[in-house]
Amino acid sequence: MAIETPQEPAAALAGLDQLELAPPQQAKRHILAKTWAAAWPKLLALVLALVIWQLVYLSGFKSAILPGPATTLTDLWHQLHHAQLWSAIGTTLRRAVIGFALALVIGTVVGALVSRIRPLRAAVGSLITALQTLPSIVWVPFAIILFGATTTAILFVVVMTAAPAIANGLIAGADFLPPLLLRAGKTMGLRRVSLYRHVIMPATLPAFVTGLKQGWAFGWHGLIAGEVVVIILGQPSLGVFLSNDQDQADMAGAISIILVILAVGIAVDLLFNLVNGRIRRRWGVADNSAS
Amino acid sequence: MTTDPGLDETRTGAAIRIDEVSKTFGRGDTALVALDRVSLSVAPGEFVCLIGASGCGKSTLLSLVAGLDAPSSGELSTGGRRTALMFQESALFPWLTAAKNVEMPLRASGVPRAERRERVAELLDLVQLSAFGDKRPHELSGGMRQRVALARALAQDADVLLMDEPFGALDAMTRDLLHEVLEGIWRRRQLSILFVTHEVREAVRLGDRVVLLSSRPGRVIGEFGVDFERPRGMDSAQTVGLAIKIKDRLREEIVRHGH
Ligand SMILES: Nc1ncnc2c1ncn2[C@@H]1O[C@H](COP(=O)(O)OP(=O)(O)OP(=O)(O)O)[C@@H](O)[C@H]1O
Ligand SMILES: [Mg+2]
Repeated sequence: MAIETPQEPAAALAGLDQLELAPPQQAKRHILAKTWAAAWPKLLALVLALVIWQLVYLSGFKSAILPGPATTLTDLWHQLHHAQLWSAIGTTLRRAVIGFALALVIGTVVGALVSRIRPLRAAVGSLITALQTLPSIVWVPFAIILFGATTTAILFVVVMTAAPAIANGLIAGADFLPPLLLRAGKTMGLRRVSLYRHVIMPATLPAFVTGLKQGWAFGWHGLIAGEVVVIILGQPSLGVFLSNDQDQADMAGAISIILVILAVGIAVDLLFNLVNGRIRRRWGVADNSAS
Repeated sequence: MTTDPGLDETRTGAAIRIDEVSKTFGRGDTALVALDRVSLSVAPGEFVCLIGASGCGKSTLLSLVAGLDAPSSGELSTGGRRTALMFQESALFPWLTAAKNVEMPLRASGVPRAERRERVAELLDLVQLSAFGDKRPHELSGGMRQRVALARALAQDADVLLMDEPFGALDAMTRDLLHEVLEGIWRRRQLSILFVTHEVREAVRLGDRVVLLSSRPGRVIGEFGVDFERPRGMDSAQTVGLAIKIKDRLREEIVRHGH
């Protein structure tokens, strides 16, 4: 095919494009300035929480058991210097990753099947939503009876809580698949596998990632609930630490572990938000009105 | 189906033949007759414009010709030719850049990578968007998006181009320029085009023939040959003169509908 370039309208179109062009983007703010802008409300919230805590402490409420921020943070600081806490964090994170990976595979397979097969959609779709409403702790006795006090039992709880959310994300994405894009794909000759790969998968990706984020949050709940109950000798975990602190009525220790769990949860959440934000920006669904 | 490239050797007769085609949506009390025994044919290399009020079934007719939907009765054929459909909305994939959008039909038909890159560059050049290949649809203006959609439709290497109000949302200036671009491509590639619009002057500007469709149910109610020389101006006396005639004919039809 020869290069076909209509000369007349070309120049004029190029001129119009110059006019149509969006105004030049604002100079990108420095990364430090951006980080600070994102961080200061969170820091403020943290300071506020510490102040309220300190006030409660000063008021003398349950003063025999409730330690102040200073005592607790010192306790945390000491614990952070012990290999034991890090080994516990390692164990818990390892379980979280393995459990989440299993949930990812199972949730994706189930979600894909349910969203593609109509009769399954009606039967299993609402069941999955129902599963999602179950508090994670209800799976703990079930898992212990089934697998005993083992890592498998803990992983089972994680999978049962995370997989439904992941499957649901995929199903929601398929439900809101724009029919126009499907038709566009079909007119250009995309069929079955190629249609799935080039249209259905990318179009459902934002909803899928939202499901992953939710699945992680649920799985994390389930994991800690499981660890507090299922105590495996010689395998310290964050849940075991919490459970020990409970037995010894060590409130400073318990709060320290809660803070660690909170920190891990926030860190992973930030990671998901990063991925989510990037995808949304690529898909052009990001809300840029703030900038 | 009509888009099967394997049938290319058997191209016969009209580029598009629509024979007594009806389309009903739903059934029972809520059934809606969108098209009622529509017959229309487009000769190879012919540029036919289809005019009708909003909701008269123009988009439906194009989906039927493109094979996206099946008619309730009647027959459609493109004589083994490949069709490309340009949607009313640009229907670009938002997660792909302009260049990747244009490349998608080439990937779908298994064109090798090196050749794809070359073809995409040519097509973007054709719609004068070479500088915007790496932009995503949401970063482009509406007019630019339609041009990407046009390039993507052309990438399908179809003989029959179906266009659904492609320039409806554009400003007059951009639209005039795109008319010139389209006319050039049509002539060079000897395409057969079925072009839907509700702007009568646009139909006269572009078409060899203008076909009128009535509303509810859609039915062919008239046809005008446009025999004056190209390129025509949207605002030339000839274009406006015929447009007035066609509008009068449409008005008659609406009045008759009222009784
Ligand atoms: N999938 C569908 N299910 C039910 N009704 C439909 C469907 N598609 C179209 N219709 C109806 O068929 C009629 C014709 O629709 P169509 O989109 O073809 O009109 P159109 O001529 O393209 O209108 P416009 O000029 O506004 O684009 C409309 O009344 C519409 O509501
Ligand atoms: Mg339409």
